[in-house]
Parts: sequence; structure tokens; C-alpha cells
Amino acid sequence: MHRVLSVAHILGKVLMVFSLAYLLPILTSLIYRDGQLADFFRSLVLTLGFGTLLWLATRDFKREMKPRDGFLMVVSTWLGVAAFSTLPLLGSLGGLTFTHAFFECMSGLTTTGATVLSGLDNLPQSINLWRHELSWIGGMGIIVLAVAILPLLGVGGMQLSRAETPGPMKDSKLAPRITETAKNLWLVYFAITLACIAALKLAGMSGFDAICHAFSAMSLGGFSTHDASIAYFHSPAIEIILTFFMLVAGMNFATHFLALRGKSLKLYRADREGVAFIKLVSGSVVAIALFLWHRGIYDNFWTALRHASFNVVSIATDCGLTSTDYNAWPILAPLWMLFLSCISVSSGSTGGGIKMIRTLVLVKQSQREMLRLLHPSIVNPLKINGQVVQNNVVYSVLGFIFLYFMSILVLVFMLVGSGFDFVSSFSAIIACINNVGPGLGQVGPATTYGSLNSFQAWVCILAMLLGRLEIFSILILFTPAFWRK
Amino acid sequence: MKIIILGAGRVGSTVAESLAGEANDITIVDVDPERLGLLQDRLDLRTVAGNASHPEILKQAGAQDADMILAVTQNDETNLVACKLASIIFNVPTKIARIRAADYLSHPEIFSPENFCVDFTICPEQILTDYIVKLIEFPEALQVLDFADGKVNLVGMRAAEGGSLVDQELQNIRKHMPNVETRVAAIFRKGRAIMPERDTVIETGDEVFFIAAAKDIRMVMSELKRMDKPIRRIMIAGGGNIGSRLAKSVEKAYQVKLIEFNKKSCERLAANLSSTLVLHGDATDEGLLEAENVDEMDLFCALTNDDENNIMAALLAKRMGARKVIALINRGAYVDLVQGGEIDIAISPSQATIGTLLTHVRRADVTAVHSLRRGAAEALELVAHGDAKSSRVVGRRIDEIDLPPGVSIGAIVRGEQVLIAHHDTVVEPEDHVIIFAINKELIPKVEKLFQVAMGFF
Repeated sequence: MHRVLSVAHILGKVLMVFSLAYLLPILTSLIYRDGQLADFFRSLVLTLGFGTLLWLATRDFKREMKPRDGFLMVVSTWLGVAAFSTLPLLGSLGGLTFTHAFFECMSGLTTTGATVLSGLDNLPQSINLWRHELSWIGGMGIIVLAVAILPLLGVGGMQLSRAETPGPMKDSKLAPRITETAKNLWLVYFAITLACIAALKLAGMSGFDAICHAFSAMSLGGFSTHDASIAYFHSPAIEIILTFFMLVAGMNFATHFLALRGKSLKLYRADREGVAFIKLVSGSVVAIALFLWHRGIYDNFWTALRHASFNVVSIATDCGLTSTDYNAWPILAPLWMLFLSCISVSSGSTGGGIKMIRTLVLVKQSQREMLRLLHPSIVNPLKINGQVVQNNVVYSVLGFIFLYFMSILVLVFMLVGSGFDFVSSFSAIIACINNVGPGLGQVGPATTYGSLNSFQAWVCILAMLLGRLEIFSILILFTPAFWRK
Repeated sequence: MKIIILGAGRVGSTVAESLAGEANDITIVDVDPERLGLLQDRLDLRTVAGNASHPEILKQAGAQDADMILAVTQNDETNLVACKLASIIFNVPTKIARIRAADYLSHPEIFSPENFCVDFTICPEQILTDYIVKLIEFPEALQVLDFADGKVNLVGMRAAEGGSLVDQELQNIRKHMPNVETRVAAIFRKGRAIMPERDTVIETGDEVFFIAAAKDIRMVMSELKRMDKPIRRIMIAGGGNIGSRLAKSVEKAYQVKLIEFNKKSCERLAANLSSTLVLHGDATDEGLLEAENVDEMDLFCALTNDDENNIMAALLAKRMGARKVIALINRGAYVDLVQGGEIDIAISPSQATIGTLLTHVRRADVTAVHSLRRGAAEALELVAHGDAKSSRVVGRRIDEIDLPPGVSIGAIVRGEQVLIAHHDTVVEPEDHVIIFAINKELIPKVEKLFQVAMGFF
């Protein structure tokens, strides 16, 4: 109990910090006079008040974080923040159930971008901005943000951000102190987002749309302010800009930071994971474009390439913005895109899924096993980027992959059992666990997740959180060993 | 010359042995008194026991009036500090350090007079590695030596039946290869040296040393022996300093397998090498050799620290079908024992590396020294200074130069130009003259010949 209370103490602090996030939609509401001001203000007060109360009530239990507390802390933060961020939605959108509001917020925070709402074009601006802001915050991570702006988590901050940062190898710190590392990451994220906003504005978007879509692309979230998503703009320039920034967001932000600091593009070539990601995605784009052209879906190759590049990059990077209903393409293409969404993006990016580094480890481990059969006395450590990957990391990757596929399997069974058709269930779970957004069939790019009943919505919420926190952090809470004194 | 040698390891003691024989005052410093005792018994030199990088020890060794300090301990840092101290406290004119870490060598500024005051750095392991790499490039050769930054090569090889020059008089070389200039510097027949004349006949089994421009040596080699297939697959036994360096430098161009006995070393090797196949096991384990297809290997290099192991591994590999085997052998007696038998090439690490050290000890202006035939013969690259008045070499035709018997001029490098020596070639000032001496004892006479008369200064 002691442990839970000390975690609650920190959760109180995080909620207090998070309440600052309402300031942006409040500002929007002031500018556009969309009548949501009171709602957002109420939400701010509620969140801040609850956070303060929690913090005060548990201040006797303040203590240094222990490594294992990190997991409980991270999971409760994500659940708590998602719950509080439903307040404005519930307040202003009549008829929205808590389940669906929670789905929408979790989908934002985990950068999934699956939506239950339709008629996005007519939502109040501040609500739309709120959805996108949640994505943007969730992209780099709530805890990383908390660590960056307040040195409130002490030494335990390292443990916490480890539990939240994607990827199997988490000891590459950019600065000696975790606070500095977190700050650097957020700074780079912020700077690139500004660049994206400027580029989109220049390409002809309205300022509001530019900000929202930059949030969406950089966090690889996938929310849009329009039901038609990017198809609404009919602009190749916007598609190219977004494609570029989605690829940027799909690479490790530590590499971006080092490249910006060193003012050198060479570092990108040294990032094997990023190189593999770019190669795989660009190869797939060309292959799918050729395939679509060959099948006669588009009259000429360049149109095929335009649609293939935007949508393949968007799905492969786990973003989920769409420029056409790819559900209508021959099934091979969307399936391959969903497969890419599982493996493509780099660790330390804002995307989801297995991450390219784990894919590389798996591929190399398989080669290693085969070489070992041929040369029984060989000593061949697994190397990535010329660096030896220790066996315990390889084992943890193997464990992760097993849990990842088991999770998919179990969750798909649950959806199928609830009466959903197989293709929709399968693609919905893949899309949620990888934080992509749109799936196929009933949850395809042209439709929403609004048709899900509450059980199905909760299954998808679980999938999103599992995917964002990389499974271990959540499942560990369900092991008896975690709770043993 | 008064020389202080720091470190009485393999390198230190070989240098000491070689230099003590040439009327130098040698003092050798090492932390291990026992090792020093052994050297003292064998050689005419002084020993000092203690840490080579302590000023007091250097003082005891007589650093204040030493002409040269050779820091060749196992430890790069000790060598660097010793050179620095020798410079700032004792003002020793010439300081040579053995530096193994590539990281230091990639920052040459740290050796400058303001910093560690090292005049020359040497890395015996790298010299030995380069030596073996040359043998991989030219599998027919017994030894390939570079002069004038690689513009000229001296190649030693065994003449074999099928070579078109074998059983021919030397004067026919020109008829066979009208476009190639080469000169046979010496022939060793059954261990005895023969000074080549126009009518000397090359016999099967002769060890022939010839000099040619680097671009021509493959052509000349093919005249002495039917060319083998180029080497593609290499197996290295022993992943120590030399084995790992060798694997690293050839793994891109060849298929390399490396066998190492120590599991920990295997892991380190595998981490540092990229395409080399690192195998854990004993190089004399025939099961392992068999499983790894030693019979398909073009070259087997036994490079462990243990002479006996190297010999046995090389013999075994040869018996099991490896095309060519090389063994690293430290003991001189063993080298003579196995060379020319089943083992194709026996390399003596000390002899292979001593030349570079000797370069800095010689009195004349020497830019390269190579020991040949296990130290019996020597090849030098000297710079001719002065003019016709002050020098006994410059301005003269080669047949006018008073060379001692057993010494021959092989080639002259003038700027970028390589001239193969003829009797009427005239030596000009600043020419690099490449000289071959069939006996090391002739070297002081050669040096004297090249020294400029006092009037020059």
C-alpha cells in the first residue's frame, strides 16, 4: 500500500504539470470564440485541483523512486492523464459515452490516431486542437516531458523514462543528466515541429490546420481536422511535406539531436536503424506503386507513386493520415502496409510497433543461428553498427516478440469473439497495437471506430496502451512477483 | 654509440643482441631482474632493474649522456612518458618509442617536440603484419621488401621447375623480358651465397633475390616459377596481436577464418572484426581443421605465441591439404630446422622487425634497412650526399665505386624515377641507392663508403 501511495504522490505532481496543457486550447478558444472556454477552464481547475489534493494527501509517503515503482508509475500516469483529458470532450460533445471519449483520448496520447468521432470539420477548433495536442504530447512521452520541465522525479526519473521510451537499448543518454537528455529530446521535437508548421503554412494550409497537422505528423499520431484527412487538401505539395516529416519522425530523435548539434548529415548514415528504415520504406513505396499501376488502379505511374508514397509512408511510420481510401486497393498492398507498420520505425522515434532495431536483431539472430549450424565452434556475437549486442538484450527482444504476437493473437480472439468480422478485428488490433490508426474493413481509412461497442473499444484501448508502453511495462503489473514485498 | 633500451622483452632483447654485436654501448632497463640476468650472461651490456618511466632509473641507466633511447616496453604509456622524460630532463637527442595503439598513431601531433618528444615510432606487430600481407599478395615469394616508399621491391623467391629463366644464364633475362628492367642481387644455393655474374645459371631450388620496380615484380616472378592461383581463402591460427591485425587488414579482400584458443579473446576478436569467421578451438585439433575445410585453404598462417604449437599446426595443416603454410617462429634454431621443409615459410618476428629499428641506428643516411635470410644478409636504402669531391660514391659510375666483395648496388631511385643499376649508371647527389649485402658484417664498410668527407660540413 505504501508503494501505491508514494506513486500516487508523484502522479499528483504529474497531473499538476499536465493541467498546463489546457492553456493551448483555452487560447484557441479565446481566438476563435468557439464557446468552449468555460469547459476547458473547468477541466483545468478540476485536473489541477485533483492533482494538488492527491499530492497533498500523500505527501507523507514521499520517497525516492525505486526501479520497480517506475512501471506502476508510468501505467497509472498514462491512464490518469487519459481519463482527465476526456473532460473537455465529455463537456462539449453531447451524446459521447465515457468509453468513446476515453478511446479518443487514449488514441491521441498513444499517437494511434484512431477516431470514434465523425464530422471533424464541424468540431469546435479548440476541441480539434486538444485532440492534436494530446497526440503531440504523447509522441515524445508524458513522463519525458515531466522530467524535462520539472526536476521533480529525482533519480527515479531515469527508471521512469526507461519504462516509457521505446526500444530495447535504453542506456544511450545524450547528456550526463536525465533531465538534460529529456530537455534535449523535447527541444529537437519542438524545433522540428515548428519547421513542419512553417512548411505546411507555406504550402497553403490555414494556420490552424498547419499546427494541427504538424502535431499529427511529428507525433506520428494521425488525427486530422477533416473527415477526408489529407485528401481534403488535394495538394501534392502538402503530401510531400507531410511524407518528409513523417519519415523524420520515424527516425531516432537522438540521431536528430546529435546531427543538429554536430551540424553534420553523416551521422544519419551511421545510424543503421534509420538507414534500414528508409531503405525498407522507400523500397516498399516503389514496389507498391508499380503493383498498383500494373493492376490498373491508377492510369499512370506517377499518380500511383503519389498515392503509394503518402499512404505507405503514413502507415509504415504508424502515423495514419490518409490521402485516399487504400482499403479499395488489392488486399496485398494494405496488408503489406500493415506489416510494415509492425516493424519499420526506429527506436527513440514517435512511432510504434516492434521497432526496426528489434527487427534487425531478429534477422541477425536468425543468420547467426544458421552460421552456427555450419560452424559449430564459431564465436559470432550479434553486431549492429559494429557494436556487439549482448545476449541478454537478444533474449529480451525474443521475449518481447513473443509477447507482442501473443498479445495480438489474444486481442484478435477477443474482438472476433465479440462478433466483429475477422479482417476488421485483425487489422484493428494491428492498427491499435502499432499505434497506426486506420485498419481495414469496418475500421478502414474511410470509416471510423465509432461502430465499436464498449467492450470492443476497451479491447482496442488496451491494445494501444500495450503497444505504446511496449507490453512489458503493463504486463509486469499483472505478475505476482511485482506485488511481492 | 650509447644506447638505452627500455624493456627487455622479445623486441628489446633482439635489438640489444643485434646492437651489442656492432660495438655499441648498450644499457637495458626492465622491471624483471631475472630477465636482465639472462641477458647479462649472454651479451656484453649493462642492465638496470626498475620502472623505465621513472627519472631516477633513467639516470641510473646513464640517460644524461646517451645518444639514443629506444622505449620498447609492452606498454605504450610507459614508452611515451620515458621519451618525454628523456627529452626534458636528460636531453637525449634521438628518442624512439614502440607504440601499438592505433588510436595514438592516428594523432601524430602527440609525438611532436612540444608534446611527447618522440622522434620515431615503431610498431613491430604492424611491421610483421605488413610482411605477411605482402606474402599473401605475392604467394610465390619468400619475402617482399619495400624501398623508396614502395616504388622499388626486393623479392626473394625459390626458383622452381617450369619457370622460363630456370636453367638459363642471367644474361638471358633481357631477352625474355625486353621491356622489364630487373637485376638479380644475389642467389643462395644450398645456404651458400653466390654473387651473380652474367653467366651464372639459375638452378631449381635456388633462393633468388631480385630488385625491380614495384609494377614489374609480378612479371619477373612468373619467369622464375610457374605462377600459382591467387590466394582467396586464408586460415589464421592464433588471434593475438599479429593474428588479429592480419585478419583485420585482409578480411575485406579475402575469406578469412581465425582460430583462437581462448574463449574471452574469441569474443573480443569477433567484436572487432567484421567479416572474419572467428572459431573457438585448438589450431592443432585435426577435427576442427577438418570441419573447417583446411584442405580448401590457400594459405594457413600459424601465428600463436608458441613456437611448437605453430610448427605442429602448420605441419598438420600442410599434411591435411592446405596449399601453403606459414609459421611464426621465434627461436632461431627452429627457423633453420623447418624452413624449406614441409613448412613453406618460417617467419622470425625479431628478424622481420629489427630492420626498421636499425634504420635509426646506422651512421650514414639510411632510410630503410631490411634483414634477409634470418639476419645473415641485409638490404639497405642509403641516400648519397655530397659531390664528386667529398663523396666516394657521388659522380661515379657504379663500376668505379669501390664496393667490398659481397655487396652489390641493385637500383637507384632519383626523385620519382626508378633506375635499375647497370655498370655505367652514374650516381648523382641525393639519389637513394639500394644496396644488397650477402653478409651483415659488410655493412660498416658500406656505411663508411657513403659517409661524406669532413670537408662537406
